[in-house]
Amino acid sequence: MKTKKLVELAKTIRSKNAGTDKVTFDIIFREKDIYELVKKGKALTREKISKLFAVPEERISDFVEFDPGNAIKFTLYRKRPSGSPGETDIFGCQQYPPLLDVEIPVPSPKQRVKPQPAAASRDPRRRRQRKSSQKTKGKNKT
Amino acid sequence: MQKKQLRILCPNGHLGFAPTKEGSFWIGAETKPDYYCCDSGSDDIGPGPLGSDTSVSPYEWQKHDLELMLVAARKQGVPMMIGSSGDTGTNSRVDMYVQMIRDLAKKHHLAPFKLVTFYSEVDKAVLRRKMEEGIIIQGLDGRKSLTAGELEKTDRIVAMSGVHPFIKALEMEADVIIGGRSSDAAIFAAAAIYEGFPEAQSYYLGKVLECASFCAEPYMAKETVIGTITDQDVTVTAMHPEQRCTIASVVGHAMYERSNPFYEYFAGGTLDMTHCNYEQADEKTTRITGMIFVPTPGEITVKLEGAGKIGERFIGIVGIRDPYSIRNINKVIDWARSQVEERLPGKEYQLFYNIYGKNGVMGDLEPVKEIRSHELCLIVEGVAPTKEVAEEVTLIGSRQIFYARLPEVKGTAGTAAFVIDGVLPAPPAYEWTMNHIVPVDDPMEFFQIHVTTVG
Repeated sequence: MKTKKLVELAKTIRSKNAGTDKVTFDIIFREKDIYELVKKGKALTREKISKLFAVPEERISDFVEFDPGNAIKFTLYRKRPSGSPGETDIFGCQQYPPLLDVEIPVPSPKQRVKPQPAAASRDPRRRRQRKSSQKTKGKNKT
Repeated sequence: MQKKQLRILCPNGHLGFAPTKEGSFWIGAETKPDYYCCDSGSDDIGPGPLGSDTSVSPYEWQKHDLELMLVAARKQGVPMMIGSSGDTGTNSRVDMYVQMIRDLAKKHHLAPFKLVTFYSEVDKAVLRRKMEEGIIIQGLDGRKSLTAGELEKTDRIVAMSGVHPFIKALEMEADVIIGGRSSDAAIFAAAAIYEGFPEAQSYYLGKVLECASFCAEPYMAKETVIGTITDQDVTVTAMHPEQRCTIASVVGHAMYERSNPFYEYFAGGTLDMTHCNYEQADEKTTRITGMIFVPTPGEITVKLEGAGKIGERFIGIVGIRDPYSIRNINKVIDWARSQVEERLPGKEYQLFYNIYGKNGVMGDLEPVKEIRSHELCLIVEGVAPTKEVAEEVTLIGSRQIFYARLPEVKGTAGTAAFVIDGVLPAPPAYEWTMNHIVPVDDPMEFFQIHVTTVG
């Protein structure tokens, strides 16, 4: 199977502090089908990230496939809190470049998955929630 | 009577850090929003400002941004709310903003108005007493529970307020609120909750507005956005003529600077965004429904941030061009370290080398192991309890790169290139000593409210 680099497929690849003790990484895709392709290809998993950055899996605090945003997101614990002596990147915003070259398996053009709408699908739970939020309304009146 | 909808203007994601853009602010102000709200703090700036009780935002920029909001809000007679004053939300930063408000009121001859402020600093003694009573101050983000030693190493602590002090201030009929450290989203949520809107929509409103135009596209910071809440939904609209709040930009913002895009924690509960539904309401507006607020069962916890001084600090800058030295850079640095230790045996100090051209940006996380550059820059950072020792550590650590003893070096007149023959004083080194939560009986426990009339 052919592969493409993540940098060719993603709209945004970024890293940034998430609080004082973690750095979070976002990989955001413009098209739903590309996102699904990368997600299904399993080229980005806890295990792969641990290998890429040479960190034990325990340093990955979160790994999230965020369907509404067509995004894969993971977070690493810092070794020391941000801005401690010896700091190299106080905002954590230059830690993503190793992701750019990750090879993602892509099918030949014929096999390409059909695009799907980007918006999140309607969820039956919405109805229930509205009710519950109305219930709390009276309590909040001040 | 409760309003059918409430509109809140947010001009800036971090008031004063870079000046608010005036064009989109006035476009927003002309639509006469019900509230002007803005957050002015961040823990992104490192532990130094909190520890040393200083701001990183220039005084004039902070005053400029407050002036826009104050003039617009007072002209309309609607509330203005600021949280995390002066980057850190310490007491001195609140006082500084209060003085700015007084000066601005005088400058613009504003009619008298009610100013409500609250402090967020927490006395170490209060926490020490709680710990002695057996209360656990639990660590966040993988940290262990707070120890007495860590508490003692801390120079300054702020508690992060939720909606409570802001609601209290609105109940006191505040026209202007200047707050200490607070959760960004709580400022906006407090206004909506006070006006009778549901918690879920109120907290989401705060969540989407807190970074101003970061929830819009194309990427342009410091532009105004307006959020509208009803009992059913939240809508958010970009005010800059060329910006739009799209489904993608609003969803994208849900991920920004947080480890999990589905949940946001506040003093008193969690906002669950797992089942949010996003629709494009008009060209510049996105509508969001389906958020849930889950109140925390049991006692309320308040987040604490603390910073402690590690020591005085100097920085040295060293260039290396000889390929033999570059290949043996670790040995070169080992030599310099050994010379510091030989000169200052048993002294307390820390010495760091960031090797640009090797792994200066990523350190241990750098997957590229071989050096691909024909030149290196070393940033040498020396930290010690006194300025004298910090300077000496950094100077030896830098200058001994010049004298590195490698067996086959050709350049026997010196193996380092210096920009200046000396080291630079740097701001003292601090560390985030606390990122913890403490249980409280009363969510107002750490927040002292003051009321005054201005003008």
